[in-house]
Amino acid sequence: MRNRSRLIRLTLSYGVLIVMSILILYPLAWTIGASFNPGNSLISTSIIPKNPTLAHYKELFEGSASLPYVQWYVNSVKISFFTMIGAIISVSFTGYAFSRFRFKGRKNTLTIFLLLQMIPQFSALIALFVLAQMLDMINSHWLLILLYIGGLIPMNTYLMKGYMDSIPMELDESARIDGASFTRTFWQIIMPLSKPMLAVVAMNGFTVPLGDFVLSSVILRTTEAYTLPIGLFNLVNEVMGASYTTFAAGAILISIPIAIVFLLLQRNFVSGLTTGGTKG
Amino acid sequence: MQHRKVALLLSIVPGFGQFYHRQWLKGLLFLLITISFFIAFKDLLNMGLWGIVTLGTEIPRDNSIFLLAEGLIALIVIFLGLIVYYLNLRDAYKTGVMRDNKQTLYTLRQQYEHVLLKGYPYLISGPAFLLLLFAVVFPILFSFAIAFTNYDLYNSPPAKLVEWVGFSTFKEIFTVDIWRSTFFDVLAWTIVWTIVASTLQVALGIFLAVVANQKEIRFKKLFRTILVLPWAVPGFVTILIFAGLFNDSFGAVNNDILAALGIDAIPWLTDPNWSRFALIMMQGWLGFPYIFLVTTGVLQSIPEDLYEAATIDGASVFSKFRHITMPMILLSISPIIITQFTFNFNNFNIIYLFNAGGPAVPDSTAGGTDILVSWIYKLTMQSSQYALAAALTIMLSVVVVSIALWQFRKSSTFKEGA
Repeated sequence: MRNRSRLIRLTLSYGVLIVMSILILYPLAWTIGASFNPGNSLISTSIIPKNPTLAHYKELFEGSASLPYVQWYVNSVKISFFTMIGAIISVSFTGYAFSRFRFKGRKNTLTIFLLLQMIPQFSALIALFVLAQMLDMINSHWLLILLYIGGLIPMNTYLMKGYMDSIPMELDESARIDGASFTRTFWQIIMPLSKPMLAVVAMNGFTVPLGDFVLSSVILRTTEAYTLPIGLFNLVNEVMGASYTTFAAGAILISIPIAIVFLLLQRNFVSGLTTGGTKG
Repeated sequence: MQHRKVALLLSIVPGFGQFYHRQWLKGLLFLLITISFFIAFKDLLNMGLWGIVTLGTEIPRDNSIFLLAEGLIALIVIFLGLIVYYLNLRDAYKTGVMRDNKQTLYTLRQQYEHVLLKGYPYLISGPAFLLLLFAVVFPILFSFAIAFTNYDLYNSPPAKLVEWVGFSTFKEIFTVDIWRSTFFDVLAWTIVWTIVASTLQVALGIFLAVVANQKEIRFKKLFRTILVLPWAVPGFVTILIFAGLFNDSFGAVNNDILAALGIDAIPWLTDPNWSRFALIMMQGWLGFPYIFLVTTGVLQSIPEDLYEAATIDGASVFSKFRHITMPMILLSISPIIITQFTFNFNNFNIIYLFNAGGPAVPDSTAGGTDILVSWIYKLTMQSSQYALAAALTIMLSVVVVSIALWQFRKSSTFKEGA
């Protein structure tokens, strides 16, 4: 009796897992298939194309005035990289300040941070557009990077502060007694111990620009300056379906490196989030 | 008269209170900051304050929107100036108190060290605050200001001036029939979307985590890796892939899957209800792995002896789940669950990238699947209804912020006083 119910439970469990795996893998496999599919349209696409071709990949690497894929790739990596660096620097400082110092206005600022992270930044679209015009920075990647970093600060400061709160104060105190300055304590004690959360912040910083379509489409107006999300979106939408196979190839080239990094970092990510998330 | 009062009065001109205490260097510093503040910002303050009040008087000399922006920057600068001014007053007063009590004053060196010690947190977080002010606070203030003007396609610089109109845009949302009906349609779908999609992804994530982490399951690592794939692939890529899969003419959902099952093609992108259904399913697909990951982390941290004790007491698998596993999970990930709801409330990407909020609805600026944020985006970028978009932004922010405050007041963050 006991064995039979166990058997049913396990069979159902495997069934669920296998069905889910198929649901997840199918769209991904379909895209991979599409990227090797000759021609532009997908009318005759199957997961394993009959005459596989690398033409779409070649097209992307060669590029053209309307499809500077390599340029988009470089733009995206550049923006993501500097946003990540900026976010790590600013957030580790603010996190340290909020976690370790009791200064005037601290509690109010924390509340304001909480509220700011709730208001979507792009609800201020018009303002950002006007700002870009006034500063004459339409198409400027640096403006976009600064906006991303600014948007990342409230939420990630919270995460960082929560994580640093879980590092015992005694460590700082004994370092201070030994004569270490605040800055030294920060670099030699707090930072090394905050690595899991730094990984989370780094990942947020790197992926936010890659997931953003709104801010970048307001500020970047020429094909040359596009990031991958805008570029690929336009590619798909030009004539719906007309260049879907090329899009599929482009999507694969960006997804594979990112997916690998994500899968490698997931352990850090979980430990960072569960510590910071529950205590923060 | 007491020293503190004299010093406070003299400090109305920054620096003089410090001079009164014979703290020459500090006084000079305050005085210099004040003078350079006025020299540097004289034009900005003058122009900005005039601009924000009048929004310009002459075309084409004045561009109302630029004037408004300058005015807001002027207000921010004044705010920062007032902080320095307050510090000046406070310093003079406090030193005065010390003199009244016949205490010895700090030496210059002590003051320097004191500032360094007290100022350290401000110093290290200062640049981040400035960036936040410029990248987040200023744009939000600007949007809020726009809501009280008549800025739209017909009233826009450089051809026309923009004027302050008070609350009339807010009133129009509820009085103009077409706006009102669109607003409530969009709001209703936004709420349904937020609740159904978030619940689906959370439930699916927890369920799969529990299933995949049973002791007897083999190939755990393989299953886990597959299940977190949707989280690892960039979201915009997957949404665009799904847009292709669900495409009415060439999408595989209609052509391969449903055809194989003998079901007629479904108008995924052109029928609002089918679009909504597809969106919810997609968000489930996209959103569950995150919950799955976090829940897996929690499950691995539940001590084994809890289950052993329960087994000895004769608990069934189901009751172990109900009384041990579920409470543990909910306890640790409830903050993360809340963020899923706010995330979906603002989930612009999936709505816009899938079919641009479509299909189009006759007599309406919002499409059949538009949620509030994507509607605001369209009003701004496509129909140039800036004031209306800004007014909606304010209403949306008020709702989200009050829910957030209500929620977080209960959570530990505030109680700790941390």
